[in-house]
Amino acid sequence: MSITTYTPAPVPVPEGIGKPIRGPQALTSDWRRFWHLTFNIAKTNWKMRFFGSWLGYVWQLIRPLLLFGVLYVFFTKIAHINSGADTGPGQADHFYGAQLLGAIVLFTYMQEGTMNAVRCVVDNEVLVRKIEFPRMVIPLSYVLLATFNLIGNLVVVFVFALISGVRPMGTWVELPVILLMEGVLITGLAMLLSTAFVYFRDIQPIWEVVMQILFYASGVMITIVTVTANLHGTLLHLYMADPLAVVLQQFKHAIIEHGSYGAVYYSGGVKWLVIPIGLTVGIFALGFFVFNRAAPNVADSL
Amino acid sequence: MAPASSSGPPAILVRGVGKTFHIPEDQRYTLKERMLHPRRKTRMRDFSALCDVSFDVKQGEFFGIAGRNGSGKSTLLKCIAGIYRADGEIWRRGRMSTMIELGIGFNMDLPARDNVILNGIMMGLTPREARRRVDEVIEFAGLEEFKDLKVKNYSSGMIVRLAFSVAIQVDADLMLVDEILAVGDASFQQKCFDAFNRMRDEGKTILFVSHDMGMLKRFCHRAMLLERGQMLLIGDPSEIGDRYLEINFGRAPVPESDGSDDAHTGSGDARVAEVWVEDAAGDRLLAVPQGERMRLRARVLFNVRIEDPAASVYILNEEQKAVTVASTVGQIERTGTFEAGEEAVFNFSFENNVLAPGRYSPVVNLSQRGAGLDVIDRYQSGFTFVVTAPHSLGGVVDLPVEVAVERAGDRFRISA
Repeated sequence: MSITTYTPAPVPVPEGIGKPIRGPQALTSDWRRFWHLTFNIAKTNWKMRFFGSWLGYVWQLIRPLLLFGVLYVFFTKIAHINSGADTGPGQADHFYGAQLLGAIVLFTYMQEGTMNAVRCVVDNEVLVRKIEFPRMVIPLSYVLLATFNLIGNLVVVFVFALISGVRPMGTWVELPVILLMEGVLITGLAMLLSTAFVYFRDIQPIWEVVMQILFYASGVMITIVTVTANLHGTLLHLYMADPLAVVLQQFKHAIIEHGSYGAVYYSGGVKWLVIPIGLTVGIFALGFFVFNRAAPNVADSL
Repeated sequence: MAPASSSGPPAILVRGVGKTFHIPEDQRYTLKERMLHPRRKTRMRDFSALCDVSFDVKQGEFFGIAGRNGSGKSTLLKCIAGIYRADGEIWRRGRMSTMIELGIGFNMDLPARDNVILNGIMMGLTPREARRRVDEVIEFAGLEEFKDLKVKNYSSGMIVRLAFSVAIQVDADLMLVDEILAVGDASFQQKCFDAFNRMRDEGKTILFVSHDMGMLKRFCHRAMLLERGQMLLIGDPSEIGDRYLEINFGRAPVPESDGSDDAHTGSGDARVAEVWVEDAAGDRLLAVPQGERMRLRARVLFNVRIEDPAASVYILNEEQKAVTVASTVGQIERTGTFEAGEEAVFNFSFENNVLAPGRYSPVVNLSQRGAGLDVIDRYQSGFTFVVTAPHSLGGVVDLPVEVAVERAGDRFRISA
C-alpha cells in the first residue's frame, strides 16, 4: 500500500476571516474576559480556603497575629530594642505595636503574593496545556488572592491601631498609593518568578531565602529610630533603596504615627526616592517582558 | 450532505501549519546547574508533530479529523485553539468552545455549581451569563440531585457529563471536540448525539477528532486524515474512514508462519505452504474492508502424486469458532492430478465479505477426494487478517439488509 501525501494548492488568505491565531498570549484584547477570569479564579481560591469553615479565616488572621505577639513581647518586654514605652506622640517609635502589626501585614502580603506565585504556572500546568486563555491571568489571580487577604488583615490593623490610640488623619489617603506601590512590586515579582520557576526549579527555595533577608532588611520589626541609630550615609541610602522598606516606612508614617518622618526624609530627599520607585517599576517591566515573551512557548516547556 | 452554509468566508483557515517540539535530552532544571556550567548547551531533539498542514473549514461545516495515535490530531486542534504556538497561518472566526479534555479546570473541592460557573467563564461567558445557565447545564448533565456535592465525590462519568454539558451550553459558533464522545452511559451518549445534530442544524462549525469512523461518517460533512503529522487525504468521510482503517491495520506486522511441523497435521503427502488474502486487484491484504470482494488463496506443495485433492478453508474468528467454511467439495469434483514436486494454488473468492469486523485466522484442510477424513494436511498458519468496518453491531456476520418501516394499519391490529 502506498501512501501519497495530500498537497493542497496554495490558496491566498481571503478577506474577512476573523482573527489570526498566534498561539497562547499573556494578554488579550478582551479585557472583560481577562478581568472576569482573574477575579473569579482568585475568588474561587479564596472561597476554597475559607468557605464552610470560619476557623479557616481566623487562621489566616492568626498567623500574622501570632508573629506579631511573639515579636512584640520579645522587643518590648525582653530585648527592649524598640520598647517605645518611653516615647510619646510625635516620636518615630510611638505606637510600636501598631507599627509592628502593620508592617507584618504588609510583609505577609508580599510573602504570600510572591511565594504563591512562584509555582503558579507549573501548578496550573493542566490549564496551560489544555485551555486557551490569556496566561497572565494565572499570576495575577494569585496576587489578587493575596490582596483579598491583605484587605481582611488591614481591617485588623486599623482596629488595633484605633484601640492603641491612633486617631484618623488626613494622611490615610496615602494608603492606596502605598498599597499600589507594593502591589506593582509583587505583580512584577510574580510574573518574573512564575516564569523563572518553569525553567529553574530551585527558584522556590532561593526565593524563600530572599524573603527571609527582606524580612530583616526592610524594617518589619524595628522602627526607623533603631535603623537611623545604626545606619548613616550610604548605608541608609542603601537601606531605603529597598522598595519594601520604603513602603513600610511610608505606611508607618502616614497611617500610624504622623509625627515620624516619611520615606522621603529618610531616603535623603525626593531624588533618592527615584531608586526604590525605579526598582519597582523596573521589576514590573522586567517581569512583564519575561512573562510576555515566555507565554507563547511555556506550554511546550512544561 | 452539504453544510448548512457553504458559501462565505471559512470559519477556520489553516495554511502551511507545522509544529515542532524541541525536547531537551538532558534537561537541567536548576539555576545552580546553569551557574556551574554556564557554557554547557542543552542538547535538543526535535520532534515534528505537524508538518505543512493546510485546509479550511467552512462556516456551518462539521469537519472530522482522523488519524492514528500520535498522528498529530490533538496537536492540530490545540494549535487551532491557540493553546500551542504553531508555524504557518491559522485564522479563526467566531466564539470558540473547546472540548479538548473534559473536566479540565474543574476544582475538585468545589461543588458542581461553582465549577459550572468558573468553567463557563473560562469558555468566555460573563459571570452573569454563566450563573444564569447553571441550572440548564446541571439538568442537561442529569445531575440535579448532586449539584451541591463536591466534584471530588463524583464518579468519572459524572464529571465528564458535567464538563460536556458546560462546553455545549456556551453558545459557541465554533467547537473543537477531541475524542470525548465515548463517555457516559448510552442515554447520555444519545443526548450528546442529539446535541450535535442540533448544532449541525443550527449551522455551527464543528471540528471533530475521532477514532470512531462510524461517528465520523455519521456526523461529518468532510474529513481529513493525518498520519505522522502530515495530511494524507481530505474529502468524503467514508473515504477517509476506509483509508484510516487501511493504515491502521495495513501496517500491522505480518506474522510469519514459524514453519514448524506443529502448524501442520495429516499424512504429509502434500503441504500447504502459504495462505493469504487478496483484494480484487490481486494485492495481498492484512485488512479487508467489509462488503468488498475478498479472495483467500492457499499454495500447496505436493510431495507425492495425488489425484483430485480437495481443499477446504475454515475461517475462524477470535473465539476460534468457524464462521464460515468454503470447500472445493461440491464445487469442483475433479481438481486434477498433481505430480510430486508440483505446486498448486487453491482460490476461494468471497464476492461480498459479510464477516463482522474483527480478526480472523484461516485454517486450510487438504484431503483426498472420497477419502472422508483422511487428511493430507491440515494447516493453521500464524497468518491472520482483519475485517474492517466503520462500526460493529455485534453480530458474527453482517448480512446485507434492507430496513423499512411501514405503518401497521388495521391489518396487524389484534382485535379484542
